[in-house]
Amino acid sequence: MKELTYHRAEDAASAVALVTGDPDARFLGGGTNLVDHLKLGVTSPTTLVDVSRLPMDEVAELPDGGLRVGANVRNSDLAAHPAVRRGWPVVARALLAGASGQIRNQATTGGNLLQRTRCVYFQDVTTPCNKREPGTGCSAIGGYGRYNAVLGASEACVTTHPSDLAVGLAAVDATVVVLGAGGERRVPMGDFHRLPSDRPEQDTTLAHGELVTAVELPASAVARRSTYRKARDRASYAFALVSVAAGVDLDDDGRVRDVRIAWGGVAHKPWRAAVAEEALRGKFLSEESVREAAEAELAAAVTDEQTAYKVPMVRNLTALTLTSLAEGATR
Amino acid sequence: MTANEVTPTPIAPRSIGTSLLRRDGVEKVTGEATYAVEHPVTGPDGQPPLHAWLVTSTVARGRVVTVDATAALAHPGVVSVIDHTNAPRLADTSDAELAILQDDAIAFRGQIVAVVLAGTSESAREGAALVRVEQEAEPHEAVFDEDSPTYAPEQVNGGSETDTLDGDPDEALARALVTVDATYTTPHEFNSPMEPHAATALWDGERLTLHDSTQGPRPVRGTLGPMLGLAEEQVRVLAPYVGGGFGSKGLPHAPEVAVALAAMTVPGQPVRLAVTRQQMFALTGYRTATRSHVRFGAHPDGRIEALRHDTVSQTSRIKEFAEQAAVPARVMYAAPHRATTHRVAELDVAVPSWMRAPGEMPGMFAHEVAMDELALHTGLDPVELRVRNEPEVDPDTGNPWGNRRLVECLRSGAERFGWAERPTGPRATVDGEWWVGTGVAASTYPMLWMPGNVARVRSLDGGRYGVAIAATDIGTGARTVLTQIAADALACPPDAIDLDMADSDLPFGSVAGGSSGTTSWGTAIVAAAQQFRADHGDHPDPGVETTAASGQYAAMDGHALHSFGAVFCEARVHRYTGEVRVPRLLGVYSVGRVVNPRTARSQLLGGLVMGLSAALFEDGWRDPRTGHTVTQDLATYHVAAHADVKEIDAHWLDDVDELSTPMGSRGIGEIGIVGTAAAVANATYHATGVRVRGLPLTADHFLE
Repeated sequence: MKELTYHRAEDAASAVALVTGDPDARFLGGGTNLVDHLKLGVTSPTTLVDVSRLPMDEVAELPDGGLRVGANVRNSDLAAHPAVRRGWPVVARALLAGASGQIRNQATTGGNLLQRTRCVYFQDVTTPCNKREPGTGCSAIGGYGRYNAVLGASEACVTTHPSDLAVGLAAVDATVVVLGAGGERRVPMGDFHRLPSDRPEQDTTLAHGELVTAVELPASAVARRSTYRKARDRASYAFALVSVAAGVDLDDDGRVRDVRIAWGGVAHKPWRAAVAEEALRGKFLSEESVREAAEAELAAAVTDEQTAYKVPMVRNLTALTLTSLAEGATR
Repeated sequence: MTANEVTPTPIAPRSIGTSLLRRDGVEKVTGEATYAVEHPVTGPDGQPPLHAWLVTSTVARGRVVTVDATAALAHPGVVSVIDHTNAPRLADTSDAELAILQDDAIAFRGQIVAVVLAGTSESAREGAALVRVEQEAEPHEAVFDEDSPTYAPEQVNGGSETDTLDGDPDEALARALVTVDATYTTPHEFNSPMEPHAATALWDGERLTLHDSTQGPRPVRGTLGPMLGLAEEQVRVLAPYVGGGFGSKGLPHAPEVAVALAAMTVPGQPVRLAVTRQQMFALTGYRTATRSHVRFGAHPDGRIEALRHDTVSQTSRIKEFAEQAAVPARVMYAAPHRATTHRVAELDVAVPSWMRAPGEMPGMFAHEVAMDELALHTGLDPVELRVRNEPEVDPDTGNPWGNRRLVECLRSGAERFGWAERPTGPRATVDGEWWVGTGVAASTYPMLWMPGNVARVRSLDGGRYGVAIAATDIGTGARTVLTQIAADALACPPDAIDLDMADSDLPFGSVAGGSSGTTSWGTAIVAAAQQFRADHGDHPDPGVETTAASGQYAAMDGHALHSFGAVFCEARVHRYTGEVRVPRLLGVYSVGRVVNPRTARSQLLGGLVMGLSAALFEDGWRDPRTGHTVTQDLATYHVAAHADVKEIDAHWLDDVDELSTPMGSRGIGEIGIVGTAAAVANATYHATGVRVRGLPLTADHFLE
């Protein structure tokens, strides 16, 4: 049996100090992904610092109308929170589209963002994987690819980020609050996860030892009129084939004043469809206009036989999501 | 001990036909039931169990050069590492799937190359990770496709003929006015029972006792005994509770040999082995992928004049398993000109085996989608097309049908389902974001009876009876229905029956497979009970007993004995994403008399759910570079979850089949999965106009 040291953190600062000082230490939140990895041998930390009991479990309304979500707020609680459902429905729906009831009861807000890819090769230590063991190669290239990325992939890694919540947060321009040895910093959601480039082992822009303490949701008209849709193989308990987080704000004529589109299941990070958003500003939302905008975004897509479906699927789902939002439906 | 062979006579149903509660339900739901690795087993001197962990190959073909156990043995808790150089020798190595650790050959990825024994499960697992296996890879072939070289097996699974030919189908196809000519595929599918394969073994120097998760204690004993160089009686196999099998526990697999070999290296000390979910994808059997070329030649009125069903499957180079996918085509429909063939490709891959309705499940997917295509070409309603092709006698044997009521199943199902309101053409119904369609398919499964079953009836104090047979309840309800059968055969209440089963020391019970359990064990119990009454009367003294072997009751030599059914499905296909959901699924079956409606319904619904799961999700994806099934857990190998199963129902015709069993019943374990995937596929075609001929019916097929 592999022995490891378990620390129950007293406070966030000491947790950060413990992990920062030990390259083989890891934070433990809800454990819904990390514990799997310990069993599979995907990761072998010598020290676990349990942060799940730290008092970062509140959802607080901010003076500017925004919301501060503690990193330890459980997925189920966040999805059910009245303020979230009212002001950021995309976040509540993204959460409910993920995992299962039991896992959502256990998983935390911070941990959800830090979950790792479910690429079959990443999770199988008998196969090469640059993300798990840098420099060994990417087995997913030329292998099983149904869930692979079509945007922003590299020769080192073609996997996708599995989180639904992260896609919702990307759409509403959330900010991740991070505590490091040098103090607190605030990371815009768009800069939190990264594309694989030649360092796929690095999922995020966090330094080792930095701890997510909260996520802040700014209030906005687009967030209030937002939703999340996910296409998947089975009706529950499956990762996204593709997903769409979107919000719109229309002027009195029905033209787009502002729009947010983020895609899941297409890239190594939640993919903010900035080209599509720009194409839609000032336009009327119709299936046709959204499809065109999505196609402009997808011009950069690289697909193979196994992933070719993602392009029409995410285009269609974006069209459906935005037109239904425009029609006032939030589902 | 040879028991007298007795052929029973029909019994009057009293408990049979009632929904007696599961005899083991409370133990199961309260966690009191002990499964294979939970048995509190200690050695004769109180030794606690050791834990075994399997080390498996990572190349698809080649040989083991060295197994370096140094680091593993240095790990705290690790007791030993067994490999091909130090494992006990088997007396019989003719079954290459089972003859593990006997030589350095690697025949597929995931093959057992070493076993680690340790004091805890955790140290065994870590020890296994520390074993360094140097392997020499040789070129391998793991791709099954149109170019795979094939051969004709001597026979196919179940002992059926490889090929059949009646008349001149090719000539008849050439002149047919309406034809269907299409190829249908099914992927590798994995049984995935809830309880992974597991066993606890104890070798005391004389006897091997195996608490196993198996569908057949006696078949395991019968296989392991000779392999280990032991008399069968020196092996005792117990399986009181089994968390599902679906065929994967029907035959012994390599892990059972591994735990037995490991136990023999540590006499007096129990050894536990729990196979991991990932290891199951290489070591415990699976349903091979199939490719069926189906051709129908028909008259414009729908009558089939000629049919061909030519099917290809794959097997492991070290052991043949020939999925009998074309066999159901031999009995389904009348056609004077007919041919069926089976060919097999040999690959460097894990050994396929039984999975719920082997043959019928993939074969009827092909056959019943082809029937839907024929309905389209002839303009006939799919129910009516099947009615028009109803054969008067079994087309395969020419024998009269024992109890073929397919047409009634179709008509009853159509009525219950509201089939009459169905729009004729495809792509006719939109409901919001969804295309909506309905489909139908027929199902069939043969009546199978296993010879050799023996039961013992003993009178106990207080008017009670002990009934014993080495049958197993793998979750089906066998423990309950056999109690009911024994009660009715002895004309006593079920509560007066003490049923002893799932122990190979008991009189012979055949495998819980082929939907033959209740049929075969029940017939033996009735035989023994009737002989008991003949021997000892209605008021026997406590302690007297009768053991009797079951003679052949089933009239299978002069009759074609099969179950039939009809499956109706409503499918919704998302207009934007292509996702398929199934809001309604209905099966109507003719299965003889139902012994216990509660457990029977559960079996039929379970079959329907498994068919739905195969229709929409299940797909074992093999990496051609390594021969490795990479979708090797239940997060990536998708089976239907709760949200996928909406309105689902199973009904059966009021039926008594006195030709098959003295209970009037036939088996029900498998027919629910047969035809279900075809019904779903046909419904998706009706919804969208897109014909998908390969499973699973994933969203990408329907994207526009």
